[in-house]
Amino acid sequence: MKLELSKVVQGCRLGLLTAIEQTAQHSLDVPGCLLFTHCATVPHLTQDTLHTLSNLPAVTQVTLNCLAEHHEVLEEFKEGVRKFAGLHDTALYCSLHDSATTNPAGHITNKTVSVWGSGGRMELTVAKFMALQAAIKPDFYQSMADGETWQANTSRKRVRKAVDRTLAHLDECLILHQKTQELKQAKIFGVVEGGDILEERVRSARETAKRPVAGFVLDGFQSAAMEQDLRSQLITAVTAELPQEKPRLLQGVGRPDEVIACVEVGVDLFEGFFPFQVTERGCALCFDCTVTTDPETAVLESNEERPVVEEPKENGDSCPENMTRFEMNLNDKRYREDLRPLVEGCSCYCCKNHTRAYIHHLLVTNELLAGVLLMLHNTAHYLRFFRALREALANDRLQDFKRRVLQ
Amino acid sequence: MAAVESGTCEGPAGMSAVKRLSHAAPLALRILAECPVSKARACVLTLPHGPVNTPVFMPVGTQGTMKGITVEQLEELGCQICLGNTYHLGMRPGPELIEKASGLHGFMNWRRNLLTDSGGFQMVSLVELSEVTEEGVMFRSPYDGKEILLTPEQSITIQNSLGSDIMMQLDDVVSSTVTGPRVEEAMHRSVRWLDRCIAANKNPDRQNLFAIIQGGLNADLRKACLDEMTKRDVPGFAVGGLSGGEEKDDFWKMVTLSTDHLPRGKPRYLMGVGYAVDLVVCVALGCDMFDCVFPTRTARFGSALVPWGSLQIKQKQYAKDFQPIDPDCQCATCKRHSRAYLHALFKSDTAAMHHITIHNISYQLTLMRSVRQSIIEQRFPEFVRSFMRRMFPSSEQYPSWAVDALASVNIALD
Repeated sequence: MKLELSKVVQGCRLGLLTAIEQTAQHSLDVPGCLLFTHCATVPHLTQDTLHTLSNLPAVTQVTLNCLAEHHEVLEEFKEGVRKFAGLHDTALYCSLHDSATTNPAGHITNKTVSVWGSGGRMELTVAKFMALQAAIKPDFYQSMADGETWQANTSRKRVRKAVDRTLAHLDECLILHQKTQELKQAKIFGVVEGGDILEERVRSARETAKRPVAGFVLDGFQSAAMEQDLRSQLITAVTAELPQEKPRLLQGVGRPDEVIACVEVGVDLFEGFFPFQVTERGCALCFDCTVTTDPETAVLESNEERPVVEEPKENGDSCPENMTRFEMNLNDKRYREDLRPLVEGCSCYCCKNHTRAYIHHLLVTNELLAGVLLMLHNTAHYLRFFRALREALANDRLQDFKRRVLQ
Repeated sequence: MAAVESGTCEGPAGMSAVKRLSHAAPLALRILAECPVSKARACVLTLPHGPVNTPVFMPVGTQGTMKGITVEQLEELGCQICLGNTYHLGMRPGPELIEKASGLHGFMNWRRNLLTDSGGFQMVSLVELSEVTEEGVMFRSPYDGKEILLTPEQSITIQNSLGSDIMMQLDDVVSSTVTGPRVEEAMHRSVRWLDRCIAANKNPDRQNLFAIIQGGLNADLRKACLDEMTKRDVPGFAVGGLSGGEEKDDFWKMVTLSTDHLPRGKPRYLMGVGYAVDLVVCVALGCDMFDCVFPTRTARFGSALVPWGSLQIKQKQYAKDFQPIDPDCQCATCKRHSRAYLHALFKSDTAAMHHITIHNISYQLTLMRSVRQSIIEQRFPEFVRSFMRRMFPSSEQYPSWAVDALASVNIALD
């Protein structure tokens, strides 16, 4: 696995993560996001609907939350999750938890972490964790970690314990990784913990960087847990301790404004769960993520009146919980007779074929197709956002891009 | 593509508008082959939104959507016609919006054919305290509690707004388990309502109104209904009032009686039938078109239809079963996914339902395609025999009603 940086501008790293698997087929654009799944399926989508989307991320993410309960089946199957799921040609990353769901706290011990499947809680030791990885056969995975520092008023002692445990788990994982035939081609990412305590963050980063890992997962920064200012501060301190040539994957952060801020402090990769969350509340991403490459046009445009983008802030009906300013609420009556596509100019299957009125109807009547169409649009829009972000970085238009996205 | 004549029809000035327009009915049935042994036929039914090969199974997309699958997926499965429900769509989002969106075709972006039912069936099956009078069906809306009267005229008005290629008359629906004078009353009323529907149809040049033969399980009433309704110049006939929990022995007799007395040159639509055995038998009895919610509904419960019955994918026995649902099936689900994966997926994502829905629709459409091909190739009876052998472990388990029904049209099962 190799991170090839073409440019570093204002703290933002632009490049390509290559040779993700041994066969060196896939490369992932940086900054970029992973493809979020439930049990290797992008929520609501079959392979056919998924592939109406172009330029999918080269890395698909699966989680132990979903897969742990299928351990036996996977062991018997022997050929890993990618084949088990009939996945398209893609690289595979395995994380511990699913950032779209909040797991109950208080079950972590010195030797175990817990995941929650359809049958309830399952406790994992490092041995079990690694046996799962062997059955899953990812191309890279995070080591087992204690990231339960997101609750308010987590004590310093608890944060320190999280860092200590995570390092201990990493060391154990590394040993077992070497011994595991099925993981010969796989890479392991160390996990940086430390809650909201600067010293612990630095300690965790420094120590983790000493280990022979292929990259770093930044954990415990979940969106709900922390204000972006603090997050930026902590990540800045963390990345200062990490080798430049290894990738940094930030878990639990997906909102566009937070993504940009984190890219500015040196994050390379993000999870792709945000479009799913937007879909589940019946909303559609609609924020402006165009980027002009021509400085002249940019000046002209900034002098012109901006075209009116959807005004999500003014949604009449009670807004879904957690709705952000980057989306429109299709449950709202105002869309009942709106025969326009979700976003003018969007080339996703949903926008090419259907109207806001139709999506609204599907939501009102509780029809399954609503999830399918919204997932397609939201994924397309989110990927377009990352593409535009990279373009903006490549062409030195970051400030202009930020202005558009954050307006 | 449309069967409609765009020119004006010549005729004496005094000829009624209805009769004149019937020459330009937007439906044409071409019989490609008839089984010399049974009453089965293979046809091409040409409708305004394209041809439909019959016998055909029509999936039901109740609320303007085929559950979790896109119109593109539905088209790729080879579906040429599917159903929408007038009652549901009439309630939400309502005919005015749909008309504004260029009809149901435009609203859901389906460019092939659509058939809408009248709303009558839902009315009596879904809604509490519905009351039928000569005027129409009075019921209470489940969404806002208001009292609504659905008349034949209103049903047609809504269906005109939906713009379906085939519309069903509003009939006085009576459960097939009901006996006595109510059945006769309903039959006669359905005839009167048929005339009102015909008169109310604003678009006879591009929307086909089908009559629905009633009469319950009473041969005399059925016959009387057939005599009356076939006097009306409608482009097609449905056999209604069956498939509602009656004995199969009574069911098939009414079906075959109906097809005996329906015109050869017009399509016969048997409503509410969708189980594989029922489809094959009723094709033998002379039916061309079928609809049923069963395949798509059962898919969402994890039940996958196969030539030898069905698999309940959510059951533990499939957790480690690494073959596809049906190794011979060509659908996207079977080409890519195993029973084990689908079993696992049911625990985490709705997509599992979509996979099974696609498979089940594929199963139904493939079955009908095979039936049709066998009729064209003059080997339908043999097809029926091998179908039954595949479906049942031994001939002792053949349902007796099916054996009798097939025997009645000269198909002997060994």
